[in-house]
Amino acid sequence: MDNLFSRKYVLQGIFIVLALVLIGKLFYMQVVSDKYFLLSNNNVLRKIYTFPARGVIFDRKGKVLVQNEPVYDLLVIPNQVKEFDTLEFCNLIGIDMPGFRKRFHKASVQSRYQPSTFEKQLSVQTYAALQEKLSRFPGFLVQGRTVRHYPDSVAGQFFGYVKEVTQKDIDDNDGYYRPGDYIGKAGVEKQYNDALRGERGVINMLYDARNVPQGSYLEGKFDTLAKSGEKVVSSLDIEIQKLGEQLMTNKVGSIVAIEPSTGEVLAFVSSPGYDPNRMVGRQQGNNYMDIFGQANRPFLVRPISGYYSPGSSFKPLDDLIALQEGVITPDMTFNCPGVYWAGNHPVKCEHVDGNISLRRGLARSCNVYACHVFQRLMTQSRFKSTKQAYDEWQAKVRKFGLGQKLDIDMPFERKGTLFTSDQYTKRFGKYWGYTTVISLAIGQGEMNATPLQMANIMAIIANKGYYIKPHLIKSIGDRKVIKKDYVQKNYVDVDAAHFEPVIDGMQDAVNAPWGTANASSIPNIIMCGKTGTVQNPHGKNHSVFIGFAPRDNPKIAIAVIVENAGYGGTYAAPIASYLTEKYLTGSISAGRAEKAEAMKKISALPELPKPKIKVLPKNSDSTGKQPSVPAVVPQNNTALNTKNTAATP
Amino acid sequence: MINQQQNNRFFFNVDWVTILIYIALCAVGFVNIYASIYNPEKSDLFNFGSNYGKQLIYIGSGLILGFSILLMDAKFFSIFAPVIYGITMFLLLVVLVVGRNVGGNQAWIPLGSFRIQPSEFAKFGTALMLARYISSFNPKLTNLRPILIAAAIILLPMALIMLQPDAGSTLVFLSFMFPLYREGLPGYLLVIFWGAVVLFILNLYLQPVILISSILVLGGLFVYFNRKKMQRMIMITVITISAIGYLFVAKILFEKVLQPHQRTRIELILGLKTDPKGAGYNVNQSKIAIGSGQVLGRGFLLGTQTKYGYVPEQSTDFIFSTIGEEWGFAGCFVVIGLYVFLLVRVVNIAERQRSVFSRVYGYSMACIIFFHVFINIGMAIGLMPVIGIPLPLISYGGSSLWSFTVLIFIFLKLDSNRMGFI
Repeated sequence: MDNLFSRKYVLQGIFIVLALVLIGKLFYMQVVSDKYFLLSNNNVLRKIYTFPARGVIFDRKGKVLVQNEPVYDLLVIPNQVKEFDTLEFCNLIGIDMPGFRKRFHKASVQSRYQPSTFEKQLSVQTYAALQEKLSRFPGFLVQGRTVRHYPDSVAGQFFGYVKEVTQKDIDDNDGYYRPGDYIGKAGVEKQYNDALRGERGVINMLYDARNVPQGSYLEGKFDTLAKSGEKVVSSLDIEIQKLGEQLMTNKVGSIVAIEPSTGEVLAFVSSPGYDPNRMVGRQQGNNYMDIFGQANRPFLVRPISGYYSPGSSFKPLDDLIALQEGVITPDMTFNCPGVYWAGNHPVKCEHVDGNISLRRGLARSCNVYACHVFQRLMTQSRFKSTKQAYDEWQAKVRKFGLGQKLDIDMPFERKGTLFTSDQYTKRFGKYWGYTTVISLAIGQGEMNATPLQMANIMAIIANKGYYIKPHLIKSIGDRKVIKKDYVQKNYVDVDAAHFEPVIDGMQDAVNAPWGTANASSIPNIIMCGKTGTVQNPHGKNHSVFIGFAPRDNPKIAIAVIVENAGYGGTYAAPIASYLTEKYLTGSISAGRAEKAEAMKKISALPELPKPKIKVLPKNSDSTGKQPSVPAVVPQNNTALNTKNTAATP
Repeated sequence: MINQQQNNRFFFNVDWVTILIYIALCAVGFVNIYASIYNPEKSDLFNFGSNYGKQLIYIGSGLILGFSILLMDAKFFSIFAPVIYGITMFLLLVVLVVGRNVGGNQAWIPLGSFRIQPSEFAKFGTALMLARYISSFNPKLTNLRPILIAAAIILLPMALIMLQPDAGSTLVFLSFMFPLYREGLPGYLLVIFWGAVVLFILNLYLQPVILISSILVLGGLFVYFNRKKMQRMIMITVITISAIGYLFVAKILFEKVLQPHQRTRIELILGLKTDPKGAGYNVNQSKIAIGSGQVLGRGFLLGTQTKYGYVPEQSTDFIFSTIGEEWGFAGCFVVIGLYVFLLVRVVNIAERQRSVFSRVYGYSMACIIFFHVFINIGMAIGLMPVIGIPLPLISYGGSSLWSFTVLIFIFLKLDSNRMGFI
């Protein structure tokens, strides 16, 4: 038997080896891999989210512009649904039977045991009606959340809108968002989304194997409460915003008003606009397609992405540069025979004024005067070539904010057009001179500006030499300064003294009997301004007015553009004057009020360019409904190729 | 007076280390059963209506049972081994008639509010009988006749249990192969048997063509290297051919004889099928629970998988998932370490016996317990098929606890009497 004794070790060896196999596998499962740990949390933990209310937006005087309204999402847990009166149910929430089946199927596919959304954003009324009878519909439950409400129904493009996140939003935000969350998609809602959205609350709920909740993980140690979004105070003055939109009724164009001393935007009108409330709720998708299909592109945010040649409203800026350069003095006169010949190319005036000085030239908007100024700037003896002169000049123009973004706190800002000499060389070849680009003297040609940039130029003149970057938001929560840029002064390198004669001319333009906008003078307030009548290839001239008021210690700088409406003095100037008066005095004086009312009713819609009408391709509307209105292909409001004569009174 | 002295000597001779490990494992069992069915609203420790309360009764009565065994005469077990074996076989027959069907197996005899599982008691019955046969006849296990007799002793309970049918408990009896090996059963028989098992599994994994051709290549190589020795060449050829023949038999066995749920379980464990919600659900959830314990575990009563009922049969067959989740790798290591320490010690004790009966019995007990431990933990972590056998002394259940208690304490009694002749 002794030889068999050693077999003891064989058996003990087997015990130990097999035990090591078990321990090895356990070591892998428990120590090396964290796969099972994660799987176990998936099993047991489910995060239940509570949605925060988005931040409220106020106007500069503390009036609520955007608030939240409760709505109710209807959820369904398919495996808990028992037989019920589907017809009554459908009537309650306003859907039909096929719609019911579709939704129910979709929810069942998602999960049979978890709640999934059945119908979104039931109104309070629907909810009230449903709540009474909810016990009759087992498996259905209601989850509250809030949606935006805009009491004044104005400034749609300013607010933008809020929409459910797309997969792309989820991917782009490092997992912050989950399907069903909402995100700002345009305007302030987009720009300040991070401040407005607030923080989602979460409950880490433990579930047992039968999906019955067993309370919060570690007694709620990791749970958080929903935190409402921060309150945001906008710089808008809702009163003049509303007035501006009313005045722009049935007109296409834009109004931007800025407080010169702060750069705060007071009015941000883009016409045609839309009621922001239409971009809320269950009809959002349909309304979006409807608005999208309307004429004149209501979704275009004209103040920052509309392109307009500044026209004569550019003249004050050019005069300022000329004064600073010393190529003109305020008293220097040029003879205006009614036409300026740039080579064999006439630039006409609508009047014959004889010898004309800076002040009168601006008040009368004399093209000949402007061309002489431009000619002098381009032919200074210190420059070797026109190109060099031009580049110096355009660099100075750029200082006024043209041809570059002003970094306003709003998405989709465009920078406008201002050529460099190289771009001209590319276009005209090596040999071009000031006569080739003479239309720049009167703000036409290769020059486009947004309404915001035009208003900003007025702010510069009002401030006599600097601007603060325009912005739409004054404060977020307790933070009064939201960006350092928005308190810094940007100097344009023109001495304050040079502004006086220019401002004199602009004062006359509005207040002197010979001024181009003298019909728009405001009683007891000296508004300084400049009209523009901008040629463009799309029909009638754009009516433009830029100005500021009052002359001493200016409170408002404004730019008004009415597309294809005609003379600057006819539409833009009066609209600007009503707004300015309303802002400065709180009301429009007697006699002018009626005119303002009349202005609201005047229709000056541009004729639709016929050959460009196209029916939109059948679009992917969520309901499959086709937009009923044939859409107009984006209208190009630039005047790039007009370098011919301009008649600008 | 003399009697008293004798008793004292007996208790002195009892291996107290084994008893301590026994108690430790029972305690581990109680703690984890308590955690498995812990309910914060009704956490009364001595609630005898609940399973942990019952387990406390089983442990208490098990200890009484164990110490009464120590008070019995050691000779009783060798003398009455055939009777005990006979009774347990009879109970295996009875259960087929009056048995209660639980979970597809007719394995339980109802006794009032309790019920007993005769297959548990057949384990020590068979161990006693096998020890008695070898110690009485001192057979040479290299000869066919003694091998057949020993095989008959083992196969009888296996056949009866298979009729219930309880595949898990049947397979446990395979562990008797190892005590026979210790007593002289040729090693090649074990190699052939386990080789057959491995081939059976490979047969399910691999394409027949690949398997057969690789066996042929292997056989050919062996023949080539032994080409000088005629006898070996013939032997290798025979082995090769019978291995191939076996493959076909095994295939038929697997497809025709095994029940579908057993087939599925085998296929699942071998990774031939994936079915996380069906038969694989238990294993999957058990693996998640154990794996989530990480190094130190989630802590006593803090396991979420086990507490919220994700692991079925969690206090019985899958009790190890609770240990794994709440006590982590450290806990698992300690529990497995306790078992290995116990069994290596039992083998050492068995070897110091003068009586063959005690030695054979000791080996049988060690191998039965190890088989349970390895298969049970193996199935909880997905290494072994789910054949539903308990974790000795830890799993909830009276029959299982008592049968292991009896198994261990009979050995302790035999050992305490090792100086005497049985």
